[in-house]
Amino acid sequence: MVSLTIDGKKVKAKEGEKLLWAALDNGIYIPNLCALREAWLPSASCRLCFVEVEGKDSPVTACTEPVKGGMVVNTTGPKALRLARTAAELLIASHPVDCAHCLSSGSCELQKIAAHLKIKLKTKRLRKITRELPIDSSSPLFTYDPNKCVLCGRCVWVCRERLGIGDIGFAHRGFQRVVTTFADEPMAKVRCRECGECVTVCPVGALYFKDGRGSNPIIKED
Amino acid sequence: MKAVELSTVASTFQEIKNRAESGWQELWHSGKPVILVGTGTCGRAAGALDVLQAIRDEIGRQNLDCHLVEVGCMGHCYAEPIVIIAKPGYPPIAYGHVNPVIAERLIKDFILGDNPCLEFVLGALEKNELVPSFSEFPRAKYEKKVILKNCGYIDPEQIDHYIANGGYQAVAKVLEMSPEEVIDEVKKSGLRGMGGAGFPTGQKWEICRHARGRPKYVVCNGDEGDPGAFMDRTILESDPHSVLEGMVIAAYAVGARRGYIYVRAEYPLAVHRVRVALRQARELKLLGKNILGSDFSFDIELFQGSGAFVCGEETALIASLEGKPGIPYHRPPYPAVNGLYGKPTLINNVKTLAYLRSIIENGAGWFTGLGTEGRGGTAVFALAGKIVNTGLAEVPMGTTLRQLIFDVGSGIPDAKRFKAVQIGGPSGGCLPESALDLPIDFDSLRDAGAMMGSGGMVVLDEDDCMVEIARYFLEFTQRESCGLCTFCRLGTKQMLEALDEITKGKGKIEDIDMLTELAEDISAGSLCSLGKTAPNPVLSTLRYFRDEYEAHIKEGRCPALMCQELIAYYIIPERCERSCDACVGTCTVEAISTNKKRIKVIDQEKCVKCGTCLKACPPQYNAVVRLSPPDQVPASE
Ligand SMILES: Cc1cc2nc3c(=O)[nH]c(=O)nc-3n(C[C@H](O)[C@H](O)[C@H](O)COP(=O)(O)O)c2cc1C
Ligand code: SF4
Ligand code: SF4
Repeated sequence: MVSLTIDGKKVKAKEGEKLLWAALDNGIYIPNLCALREAWLPSASCRLCFVEVEGKDSPVTACTEPVKGGMVVNTTGPKALRLARTAAELLIASHPVDCAHCLSSGSCELQKIAAHLKIKLKTKRLRKITRELPIDSSSPLFTYDPNKCVLCGRCVWVCRERLGIGDIGFAHRGFQRVVTTFADEPMAKVRCRECGECVTVCPVGALYFKDGRGSNPIIKED
Repeated sequence: MKAVELSTVASTFQEIKNRAESGWQELWHSGKPVILVGTGTCGRAAGALDVLQAIRDEIGRQNLDCHLVEVGCMGHCYAEPIVIIAKPGYPPIAYGHVNPVIAERLIKDFILGDNPCLEFVLGALEKNELVPSFSEFPRAKYEKKVILKNCGYIDPEQIDHYIANGGYQAVAKVLEMSPEEVIDEVKKSGLRGMGGAGFPTGQKWEICRHARGRPKYVVCNGDEGDPGAFMDRTILESDPHSVLEGMVIAAYAVGARRGYIYVRAEYPLAVHRVRVALRQARELKLLGKNILGSDFSFDIELFQGSGAFVCGEETALIASLEGKPGIPYHRPPYPAVNGLYGKPTLINNVKTLAYLRSIIENGAGWFTGLGTEGRGGTAVFALAGKIVNTGLAEVPMGTTLRQLIFDVGSGIPDAKRFKAVQIGGPSGGCLPESALDLPIDFDSLRDAGAMMGSGGMVVLDEDDCMVEIARYFLEFTQRESCGLCTFCRLGTKQMLEALDEITKGKGKIEDIDMLTELAEDISAGSLCSLGKTAPNPVLSTLRYFRDEYEAHIKEGRCPALMCQELIAYYIIPERCERSCDACVGTCTVEAISTNKKRIKVIDQEKCVKCGTCLKACPPQYNAVVRLSPPDQVPASE
């Protein structure tokens, strides 16, 4: 264990451990969507966990930054906040924000992140650019609404790496990138064992149980 | 033990070299005419294979005894197909724009008769009394060929041609040096990566040499996904051994025994020629176990990539080599330390590798002496767009953009005005006329807001709208973004939407600030360099051509008269020659009618803005014009 300072608070963490986990374990929240503690390679795709580290010119992603003894971290530096805010804004601008009718409202991490970063769920500076992909409700257990997906990849990782099934994966490039099944088959037609693990890790309302069980994210760090 | 080994290497190589040289002498000095036909992809696209067949047929018909050799591209792509004829008693002469009919005449009149057909001459390869030589072309003063030296002059499928021209000499030389000495030489040369980032090559090698993992790999990056770039393809097609030789040198320096050459599958000819080259190099023990009898072994495998732009990014390329989707991952660790299968992996671009043989052979000092004003080496550009001489050019670092565009490229066609030059492909930027005297190198281009990139250069003239150019490149990056990370996937999409609206006259003035802020965040926040550099075309055009953005937004006017929705076609009544009907019939939607005074009038409602009438109107009248904004069309119509 080494000591480091995050937001003025002295904390202890394992050297080489990723900064994000060190912060969360010490009760300091850093916005994140794609990070999974078990994953051996950080996905580093959501770009929300920017922090400033003393001695570094530009902000770094906390999920990829190894802890070093004596390091001084600021999670609310202006440069880091600007990047995190823009990333969150971009996600919100492409998310059909319909909290009033969304089963995940309340447990949604996008709501939490917006609140933490003090940004609005209403898009102003950016254009609202959403998609209109068909909703898949073929599974008896859950519904998948790809339009709400933030492409964090947690469900894909869990299905493939933790469960070894690999029913869902990413397809297409650029803005068209989407989580889907092989050949876009409906959920009911693939080998899905209906364990619902993917639903429990989904941070937003893209995957939700039909019986209304709260799809609480597994990572409730604060 | 060491001494014995050295002499083995040297003597083994000498034997190979002697044989190759005598074959080369035989080709050029046997008293028979030699005919070279450029059959690279650019030549083929222009019909080189038909020309080759016509020559072969004619040789057969006339029962001639001459050497017919297929070569690669010599960089004069605008004049393909190119045929070079070396007939005893004449200088070797290159002919341009050859077709099968001309080819037949060349054989009949020149080979059989004694008429060198001067009307088809492009230039001679040597100075002579008869025809101007390439060395007397204005561009020759600025060109300096290092990695393009062999291209178009040797048969890429004959290793002996390469060896006879000094090939593999550097491998024989490094095997007698220590790896540290090799790295030192490369460091001293100041060579920087030509794949885009410009990282110092020697330094990368040193990091990889000192990395602890085993085994180590050397990877040649031949993905070349930039639209409009074809330097790597040309080198792989025209001189593949120069790249293989670079890989052997690199492998020896970093201590790798295995290498991969990643070539996009859309380059079938390059794939074929690399495959042939690998086989021939192995046969001569220039690859494989105990190279040239030394105790150094190294072999190369050819890998055909899917050819997505992002697969050229080094971490995506590694994923792709491992059989995974070609998607980038976070660096560090850098591939030189932890790359393919988690092992130290040296990744270098095709061009970077092609330089090595010359650096090893001639020394670092020679290489640094090539450039001007302290900038070492040369740079290769693919000239495209509004430029007379499209094709490849290699010039010393420090050459100015003006020399490259106006002297090497012969300037802008059709007496149009130069407006900007887009350098570095989708990751690069647009530089205006005021930047033309900038000496070309990695840092000067970056400071000006462009990038060396992989050397794509598109010249733009007064008819090109800078907002549209930015939109075009952003559309490319958005489509090619892997979509993994938020900034690149959604940020470039936001920018693209805004640019789309601006080019349609629907932009808002706040969009300019939004574009700037978002561009900065995307550059700072993206995971890989595709996203980090994607905003460059927008940032550079905003920096140099902000007035064009404002004209679109505030006045609904496209100054270059390019954006379809912001222009109207109009026939100036005073200019219309009443008896002429040229435009009327060409309009596919019948939007042009004749009024009582027999003057032609365009119905703006019907017009689809295809522009055919503008081309149809005879130049002496020049009555059809484009107006922007469209409401410039007089109301009387
Ligand atoms: C989107 C993207 C595409 C790239 N494409 C290529 C390519 O086609 N060829 C290449 O050599 N390098 C390409 N690169 C650069 C590589 O990541 C890497 O820097 C390079 O291969 C290293 O070789 P060098 O040091 O010899 O330049 C690309 C980078 C990015 C971000
Ligand atoms: S469905 Fe949910 S868990 Fe899966 S990628 Fe989308 S947001 Fe993440
Ligand atoms: S910057 Fe673009 S290409 Fe690179 S990882 Fe992110 S989404 Fe993929």
